[in-house]
Amino acid sequence: MSALAAPPSKRLLKGNEAICLGAVAAGCRHYYGYPITPQNDIPEYMAAHLPALGGTFLQAESEVATINMMLGTSASGKRVMTSSSGPGISLMQEGLSYMAGSELPAVIVNISRSGPGLGGIAPSQGDYFQAVKGGGHGGYRLIVLAPHSVQEMYALTMLAFDLADKYRTPAMILGDAIVGQMKEPFVASPYDPASTVEKPWALTGCAGRERLNVKSLHLKDNEIEVHNWRLHEKYERIRKDETRAEPYMLDGATIAIVAFGTAARVGKTAIQWARKEGIAAGMLRPITLFPFPRREVFELARKVDVLLVIEMNTGQMVEDVRQSTPLHDRIAFLGKPCAMPTPEEILERIRLLAGRKV
Amino acid sequence: MSAPPGKARFSKAVYARPRSLVDVKSHFCPGCHHGTIHKIVAECIDRYGLREKTIGVACVGCSVFLYDYIDVDVVESPHGRAPAVATGVKRAQPDKFVFTYQGDGDLAAIGTSEIIHAANRGENLSVIFVNNTTYGMTGGQMAPTTMLGQKTSTTPYGRDFRGDGYPIRMAELLAGLEGTAYSARVAVSTPAQIRKSKEAVRKAFEMQINGMGLSIVEFLSTCPTNWGMKPLDAQKRVLGEMSEYFPLGVFKERVQADFA
Amino acid sequence: MTGDIIMAGFGGQGILMIGNLLALTAMEEGKHVTYFPAYGVEMRGGTANCTVVVSDEEIGSPVVGRPKGLLIMNGPSMERFLPMLAPGGDLIINSSLVEERQVTRNDIRLLSVPADDIARNRIGSRQMASMVALGAYVALSGIVKLSTVFDCLPKVISKKYEKFIPLNVNALKEGAALAGFHA
Repeated sequence: MSALAAPPSKRLLKGNEAICLGAVAAGCRHYYGYPITPQNDIPEYMAAHLPALGGTFLQAESEVATINMMLGTSASGKRVMTSSSGPGISLMQEGLSYMAGSELPAVIVNISRSGPGLGGIAPSQGDYFQAVKGGGHGGYRLIVLAPHSVQEMYALTMLAFDLADKYRTPAMILGDAIVGQMKEPFVASPYDPASTVEKPWALTGCAGRERLNVKSLHLKDNEIEVHNWRLHEKYERIRKDETRAEPYMLDGATIAIVAFGTAARVGKTAIQWARKEGIAAGMLRPITLFPFPRREVFELARKVDVLLVIEMNTGQMVEDVRQSTPLHDRIAFLGKPCAMPTPEEILERIRLLAGRKV
Repeated sequence: MSAPPGKARFSKAVYARPRSLVDVKSHFCPGCHHGTIHKIVAECIDRYGLREKTIGVACVGCSVFLYDYIDVDVVESPHGRAPAVATGVKRAQPDKFVFTYQGDGDLAAIGTSEIIHAANRGENLSVIFVNNTTYGMTGGQMAPTTMLGQKTSTTPYGRDFRGDGYPIRMAELLAGLEGTAYSARVAVSTPAQIRKSKEAVRKAFEMQINGMGLSIVEFLSTCPTNWGMKPLDAQKRVLGEMSEYFPLGVFKERVQADFA
Repeated sequence: MTGDIIMAGFGGQGILMIGNLLALTAMEEGKHVTYFPAYGVEMRGGTANCTVVVSDEEIGSPVVGRPKGLLIMNGPSMERFLPMLAPGGDLIINSSLVEERQVTRNDIRLLSVPADDIARNRIGSRQMASMVALGAYVALSGIVKLSTVFDCLPKVISKKYEKFIPLNVNALKEGAALAGFHA
């Protein structure tokens, strides 16, 4: 194999498998889930590997049971993960609301597919609203991370565990069938947690201490109002400290794409082509969807002629873009519900927008 | 293991509050059985010295207030999901003692999927199931265990099997599953019944201690407030028509020999 | 060297296997590469296809609208994918199963490879048809070195089937020879 140039640590890996490697590297030993396309590689990997690591893989009777098993394991102080797709994630919304209310960390992977309803298995970004606006009842937020490469599926899964623990809240990886199913060269970087988090709230039996409860019910006086303000304050801290976005070829850009995940991936090709044609295109790629990079969009909107928002839906994140800047006449939108935009059609739109400015 | 009560040297204590029962005034309605059942659970936790290694799972309904009365760690679950939550706790901490405390709406209506599959997997858990034939906390609506002809706020003309179906016998149903180690139905309307029910809870807890699988004890219980009865009349109803339809007894008891 | 290709055929013809092998080879040569297979219900109908993108630069889209290469192993795939092939692109067809008259475009470069016949008659195993086709594509496009493909075979063939590696090498060489390349 001496003729081969790639280092031995490099391997061709599927996005869904990268998520599993990231979870295992981050110390996750508990996985619960229910089969659904296009994410079955994840439970299959976990079923094969977690038992040997002393962990638990359990195929639950439903996603409703799944999320509640996660609630129990998380309340025990252990890192826990599930993966699913739209219809299954919908069934988990009840449990997610309880976990957010009970302030329990967990990582939920949504390899999203088309909807509404049974929809289809084509890649889609139609779950954006559900992921970033709460999804379940009562007013809460999930931390939502949107990987756009196999390497990032790995890295953001590790980050999701860290952020979930740090803020005691569920975190979601919002992917789609493309980033889930594609293979790319991948190198497993070591897990390097920003900080280790103690869990004094974990229910481990009350030996040597007062009994503890993990709960979301608050009936006394103004307890629930106080609880809501406390959660709000937490979400504001997350907004302030955890917003992440990748600027891509933004130097001198007059047209800036705003896109996440697979749509951003395709957009990068279109930008490379546009630059070769002399059109100054670039991109701001939100990596965290909640917290949304509001300030970055605000600043960018002042500098460029056009923000071209591209989504694999009929327009969801574009509402957050509009909320981030008063310069609404600079916002253009390209939507491909339940289909991938091709680099060709994005380039065409870029040309059109550039031409309009000439 | 904490010492059982009643070991004083010169005078014989005949009664003491179980260590695992919190010393607070009960908020439950007069004639409600939750307090009695809590005490039985607390006594059995004490008996096996489990208090410091127990995680209880509370459900939704009047049962949720478990954590105000039992002096152990408690996690609250969404409505009906306690067996799934308990599965998550037990899988993460197999060395701990885990029990759920669920009402009839919780276990026998919205949570049927979770209890059946937890039992079928033989999850090593204990389930305390309180059947009072109504939704107490929400104001006395029809439960899956509401008796035929029973008037509730959502069966104002009485439960009619032609539209509402039949009261469901969970202890028997769960006894039919391979993973269930122990299933019994008890009542607490007489001192003798209380003694027998404590025996059942002990058996259920021993099943978990011995790693035998899921154990469930169904308690026939009262809800005088929503039944519109005086407490004593409520006891009579349990001893009468409820016990006729929901027979007391042990429906399954696994012995070591048949546990592969 | 930059290139992209869609490969398509029946399930069981080894489409995903050769796509994966090509991607692995490109990676081993230090190139950027993506491999995207068809998945889920799309595969239940018995068809298989995948897209491989190889580049010296960071790859944006792993899926292409106008591929520069197209490898067609059966008739039904021709109808679906031929319109997508970029003008001037390379079309490799398995002429054992696909008739040349199905090629309704003349703005592309066609290479007919009787892959099943070669595999059966000259390699001794019809299962080697996809390897014959891959050899032809690699030689025609020059997207990776044929010798690197040989080197990568042990990485995609399990120990159990190790003894078939020489057959695979022969199949790749036969295909490459059809493209005028002699290893």
